[in-house]
Amino acid sequence: MSKQKAILSDEQVKTRRGRSVALAVTLGVLVAMFYVITIVKLGPGIVDRPL
Amino acid sequence: MTMLDQTQGLHENATDLGGRGSVSDYIALLKPRVMSLVVFTAAVGLVMAPGNQHPFLSFISILCIAVGGGASGALNMWWDADIDAVMTRTKKRPIPAGKITRQEAFAFGMVLSFGSVLTLGLVANWMAAGLLAFTIFFYVVIYTMWLKRSTPQNIVIGGAAGALPPMVGWAAVTGDVTLVSIALFMITFTWTPPHFWALALVKNGDYQDAGVPMLPVVAGETATRHQIVLYSLLLLPVGMAPYFLGFASVFYGVGSAILGLVFLGYAIRVWRVREGDGAKKTAMSLFKFSLFYLMLIFAGLLIENMIGLV
Repeated sequence: MSKQKAILSDEQVKTRRGRSVALAVTLGVLVAMFYVITIVKLGPGIVDRPL
Repeated sequence: MTMLDQTQGLHENATDLGGRGSVSDYIALLKPRVMSLVVFTAAVGLVMAPGNQHPFLSFISILCIAVGGGASGALNMWWDADIDAVMTRTKKRPIPAGKITRQEAFAFGMVLSFGSVLTLGLVANWMAAGLLAFTIFFYVVIYTMWLKRSTPQNIVIGGAAGALPPMVGWAAVTGDVTLVSIALFMITFTWTPPHFWALALVKNGDYQDAGVPMLPVVAGETATRHQIVLYSLLLLPVGMAPYFLGFASVFYGVGSAILGLVFLGYAIRVWRVREGDGAKKTAMSLFKFSLFYLMLIFAGLLIENMIGLV
């Protein structure tokens, strides 16, 4: 079975790269955001929590 | 047709699979200008609410409300792509312009809706998250899918969705709904009809072409002008309600009365000038002033709270 690939134009490659960068930045921000939220909500109690 | 043929067909039409939207197209799906109003009014609700919330959690709460509002915009564009393509005001939006597919807009809107509601629930409380979910549901299902194409009262009832953000902001701090947050809701709720009908008078032809039963299309421009004056009259005391209810100072009371009277003045001009270019100009002036009015009313409440006048 032959496999064909969609051929993207330069413009499509450029917009895909832009979307990928935006997604990476968003994910990074979400990780940092949830880290800080955890610290703020639990505060010093984070080390005293029951395991 | 074999599976291989179908697959090859898809490859040949690879551009129809989507994947052409740029980051700015996705941002346009969020209706940034509407989002700015949502952020502002929600921030006022949050600042006015009694109680202590960590500033970072307040920031994230506002962010969630903004993203939830943006998600509603994306889902609205997903559903309304057909009429957006007909209207001059909306035909350059990402879906009718062919930059983003309806499926992409739907997926984007749904992910942001669930993400914003769940995050707000975890960061603030589930009352605020529930109100945000209700806001998105009301805007997308009640307004966009149902009312918009079926009744000239579409923006009167649908306006509730746009009026809810200050209530969500308030609930993010307190976890409840009170008379104060309902008063904040009522200001935007009462303001919405004259604001949108002024625009509808200018863009009447657009709505007619798209088959959207806006009041000027269904009941005529004269009836719309009567309604604009009626709602502007109602907006005067509603805008002053924070003063009457004791959570704004006399400065706000006087300021909101003056703003309400100017609003009414613009509405009466729309009512009087009914022919030619003048009619469109006065309607556009009311539309522009209405934005200024809402910004000043909420800015007044925000400033009074920040400097401790109340």
